[in-house]
Amino acid sequence: MRISLTINGEPHAADVEPRLLLVHFIRRNAGLTGTHIGCDTTSCGSCTVLLNGEAVKSCTLLAVQADGQKVTTIEGIGSIDNLHPVQDAFWEHHALQCGFCTPGMILAAVELLRRKPDPSIDDIKRGLEGNLCRCTGYVNIIRAVQAAAETMREQPPVVAE
Amino acid sequence: MITAPFDYSAPPALPEALELLASRGDDGKVLAGGHSLLPLMKLRLATPSLLVDLRRLEDLRFIRRVEDRIEIGAMTRYVDVEDSDVVARDLPLLSQAVPLIGDAQVRNRGTIGGAVVHADPAGDMPALVCVLQATIHATSPRGERSWPAEDFFQDIFTTPLEPDEIVTKLTFPIEPNVRQYYEKFRLRLCDWAIVGAAFTGVLEDGRLRSVRLALANVAPVPQRARRAEEMLEGAEPTVTILRAACDLAADGLDPTPELQASKEYKLHLATVISRRAMEHALGNGVTASH
Repeated sequence: MRISLTINGEPHAADVEPRLLLVHFIRRNAGLTGTHIGCDTTSCGSCTVLLNGEAVKSCTLLAVQADGQKVTTIEGIGSIDNLHPVQDAFWEHHALQCGFCTPGMILAAVELLRRKPDPSIDDIKRGLEGNLCRCTGYVNIIRAVQAAAETMREQPPVVAE
Repeated sequence: MITAPFDYSAPPALPEALELLASRGDDGKVLAGGHSLLPLMKLRLATPSLLVDLRRLEDLRFIRRVEDRIEIGAMTRYVDVEDSDVVARDLPLLSQAVPLIGDAQVRNRGTIGGAVVHADPAGDMPALVCVLQATIHATSPRGERSWPAEDFFQDIFTTPLEPDEIVTKLTFPIEPNVRQYYEKFRLRLCDWAIVGAAFTGVLEDGRLRSVRLALANVAPVPQRARRAEEMLEGAEPTVTILRAACDLAADGLDPTPELQASKEYKLHLATVISRRAMEHALGNGVTASH
């Protein structure tokens, strides 16, 4: 089946089997390996991407369901020279150790801050409940999201869809 | 994990969706948010030969007040319910309970219609629609049908829906001045409820009326705790009577043990979770005792 979608502002078209998962399309067809596959069961959140600006778990979506739509991955929200405020805050606050959960964690945080620009600690915990970190724990992640919220309230980032 | 192969179509409107579904006999499946169906397909517990994706059917995505009821389209997502002012005003139980379902990413995809049709005994939505006395509406090439929520859940993952029928909307009666709460117990946030309890009632002149209590994941289908409801109907909500009623909530149940919860544990939880739901719902309306 022929599908075409936009990933990080770039058009991607391909003939795919309907059973191809979105996460596999992103990693194999588009070559964007920042989106990780952790549990493959909608639990861990490593595969989180933005679909039309909303966080979704790309292991539980078919690529064909995203036909004609806009996907944003970790590669699309910032670059080494121009980090997204959430990326910058994760670095600054040591909110990662092995880094496996980080792309999903950051995109879930971006979603959380879109919905709640001034989140309480409880809001952050609830907003990130779909993302598991198995090494640092969550204390520094919460600090990073709080710091990013402050930065983004002062200067909202521009993200390609 | 990769699903078995299947054909896929995302028709532009309901008549085309119904036609496609009917063309495959009982081998086609409707795809809504996909957050119950796709995991089952990845485990190959479900192997439909055709998925009819309803994502383009915008006219199944609505929340509106019609006279004395609220209508919610089957393709309305959890996040839409969570954000709805109409739901917050007229169906406070849904407004409070839906943010407890899944996680933010799941609520961005999961739909009300999908959750009801899936009829998972561990799901929250079946117990919620039962306690709210919702009506479930479906359509097929043969016409329209509807069921009171309590008649819709027949067994584990089993509903009266025929293979060519599509659920289009749920309707909920509006009850003024209700006190409601959904409480669920789970080991981790992302888990299913080991037991859930949905309570609704009206507190008027110090007495309870229109009391309903439904339990999730204690039986193949949601369970109304009718003996507890009868004890509370017309009663003054004291600590003593709430406890006595909640002790009856597990009456007659024979829950299936799970890895993390024995039958005895679930029966105990049913009484405790019911009481917490009532205490949250009634707040300072609960009096110390006689």
